[in-house]
Amino acid sequence: MSDKTTQQIAFVAEGMIPESPPPAREAGAYKWVRENLFSSIPNSILTLAALALIYSLLSNVLPWLLNGVWTTSSLAECREVLEGKAGACFSVLTERWHQLLYGFKYPTDQYWRPNLALLLLLIALAPVLFFDLPRRLLAFTAVYPFLAFWLIWGGSILVPIVALLGFVAAGVVFQKYGKSSFAAGFFGAIVAALVIWKLGGLLIPDAASDNAMLSSVPSRDLGGFMLNMMLGVTCVSLSVPLGIALALGRQSSMPFIKWICVVFIEFVRGVPLITLLFVASVMLSYFFPPDATVDLFLRVVIMITLFSAAYIAEVIRGGLAALPTGQYEAADSLGLDYPQAMRLIILPQALKISIPGIVNVAVGLFKDTTLVSVISMFDMVGMIRGPILASTEWNGVYWELLGFAAALFFVVCYGISQYSQWLERRLATGHR
Amino acid sequence: MSTLTDPPKEQFRLSMLVNDTRYRSLTFQAIAALVLALAIWYLGNNLLQNLRAAGLNISYDFLGNSAGYDINQRLIEYDNQDSHGRAALVGILNTLLVAFLACITATIFGVIAGVLRLSNNWLVSKLMAVYVEVFRNIPVLIWIIIIFTIMTAVMPGPREFRGAEPTASMLFDLFAFTNRGVYTPMPVFGNGFFASTALNWLVVLAVLAGSFFVMRRVEAKATATQEETGERPKTLLIALAVWIIPFALLMLAMGLTWEVPELKGFNFKGGIKIGGPLIALWFALSIYTGAFIAENVRAGIQAISKGQSEAAAALGLRPSRTMNLVVLPQALRVIIPPLISNFLNITKNSSLAIAVGYADITATLGGITLNQTGRAIECVLLLMLFYLTASLIISMVMNVYNSSVKLKER
Repeated sequence: MSDKTTQQIAFVAEGMIPESPPPAREAGAYKWVRENLFSSIPNSILTLAALALIYSLLSNVLPWLLNGVWTTSSLAECREVLEGKAGACFSVLTERWHQLLYGFKYPTDQYWRPNLALLLLLIALAPVLFFDLPRRLLAFTAVYPFLAFWLIWGGSILVPIVALLGFVAAGVVFQKYGKSSFAAGFFGAIVAALVIWKLGGLLIPDAASDNAMLSSVPSRDLGGFMLNMMLGVTCVSLSVPLGIALALGRQSSMPFIKWICVVFIEFVRGVPLITLLFVASVMLSYFFPPDATVDLFLRVVIMITLFSAAYIAEVIRGGLAALPTGQYEAADSLGLDYPQAMRLIILPQALKISIPGIVNVAVGLFKDTTLVSVISMFDMVGMIRGPILASTEWNGVYWELLGFAAALFFVVCYGISQYSQWLERRLATGHR
Repeated sequence: MSTLTDPPKEQFRLSMLVNDTRYRSLTFQAIAALVLALAIWYLGNNLLQNLRAAGLNISYDFLGNSAGYDINQRLIEYDNQDSHGRAALVGILNTLLVAFLACITATIFGVIAGVLRLSNNWLVSKLMAVYVEVFRNIPVLIWIIIIFTIMTAVMPGPREFRGAEPTASMLFDLFAFTNRGVYTPMPVFGNGFFASTALNWLVVLAVLAGSFFVMRRVEAKATATQEETGERPKTLLIALAVWIIPFALLMLAMGLTWEVPELKGFNFKGGIKIGGPLIALWFALSIYTGAFIAENVRAGIQAISKGQSEAAAALGLRPSRTMNLVVLPQALRVIIPPLISNFLNITKNSSLAIAVGYADITATLGGITLNQTGRAIECVLLLMLFYLTASLIISMVMNVYNSSVKLKER
């Protein structure tokens, strides 16, 4: 029974079997398709359904897109060229692009001004968005708002210079007195700025804007995508400091100040932006002095800034709450007073945590700037629904215009959200 | 001999108001209160001066005046002789209607897209990623206008349903999709218990609620039996009986018939008409917010550690049961808080109805009423008051639900 010998065993391996490539079904594209698309029957059904959906979308959109007509001057002409085939009339874009981008009243020969302002905006934003760039570039960022104001609105260059000088004076006063007492520096800075602005207002002659280098453009002539960009950038940058102040106020131990901030934040977050825009368009002028005329753009900027400040305050409050208590206690034990502790220890860390959230608010706000079309400002959506679709040449060109607007917003918002994700990865210093 | 004396009593000095931390916060709050009072006084004074100059006053009497405009889409009786107040009420109900519908569909879209985005199927998950990115990054106003344009410019007119060879036809001969809105069959009670349709519907609701509570008892009993014996009694047949029999009897008793929309003259008559603006707003808010909810659902599911689904697989649960019984109940806790803020966003974004002419509260009270009466301050204040109340109520209700699904910790 046990005398089995090697002769009786059918096969004994005498060496290693050489490695062989995996069978064709288990490798390469075939395997990938089988595992990712057809791993089970429900999965296969899903894949087929998705393919059918993609096919039906593309078969409708692609001919329309590729057959596009770019050179006609009205919808009727465009339909003639197409002869009943499916095709887009992109000529509305080549014909009216300047209206879509700048509004219908901005002087045509001055388009270089907003263009230059946009280019400079990118340069001014670069040191804010990317920390690796030399810090000295921030000086340009500080000057940029005044430069952009002058470029877009034109008029006398003295106005933005006086405004800038006011801020410079405030900065100097704060540097001088802020070291010993924050309150003295802070209020001194405000007084210094007000004095400079008052003096400057007296010095600038009324006729200064008549023969200025850049012709003056009133706010109501702004429009198109430029208006969306301007509202978005202005309101976000104004609402960040306001949001920080509100968030700190909400965290404050002083009940009255905390109460004011809570009421403000919860009120603004509870009402839609449209009602605030109604306030800007029909109600806010009742609250200004009777002889003052504040133009609609400024009123809208005020309301949108208040709106986004409430949301940014909540984001920053999250950042403040995420800091361990040890940080606050460490600041106290070093003997720092409240402004110093906030400026040197708490806020740098809290803001770092809240940057992605702030960027999300910024994207949402930029999308919401289209709402100004409801109070008859001619932003991009307002231009499409108003002057362009109402014109006899282009009445009925919905898809090309709406598609263009959607594509433009998509590019900007997707870009910003990709930046936010990159930043989040960059700032993730916790677990390496 | 030395005597112990009390330390000299500290005199209150004026400088302590700034330098002593015990009093400093009082000083600051007093300054803040003063500034706030000054600001309110300044603004109020301006307001009074402006109102006097314009010969206006603040009064809500206009709400009782005849409105004089028509509203197509409405849930309660209304004609143009009714008051502005009633027009505002119609608007409030319309806002609540579209917000309610959009919250439900957005949740459905969001959950489906969020789950599918994590699917093993490469094509489907990429498709869902595209859906989320495209819809999140384009303003909701543009989506509302796009869908409204589809509803008005692409759908066939009632004329095209007519003639020997119509170019458009009704779906199943029941639903008509036209550029004036969608017409669906309407249930009509031939011999209802009450003359008013609304009361009859209340009866139907009451019967359904009764079935629901009976079913809850049955399920609870089944669970108790399962915990005792380990075998869950079959409840499917009982469920069918409890849901269907009372409902069917009620329908028979009330003489249910369906009124199918028909082409008469130049338009469809009969049935329920859902206007194009309502559909545009409803659908656009649903797919837009659905994309945000999808991201929340995905984040919630990914927050559940992989060990949970592996443990479920080790117990022999099928993937669908793993999802339903193990992963989703836990993920719900992470998903609910952002879901609440998405519902609030839907309610607030429904104010964009004014862009497509859906008669919600913003379009009636803040639109036509405001323009007709010129009562800007009163209208905008009432509008804000409504949205504030709605937001507070929604977040209150959802917070109660949230605390009921929250992990009970000691």
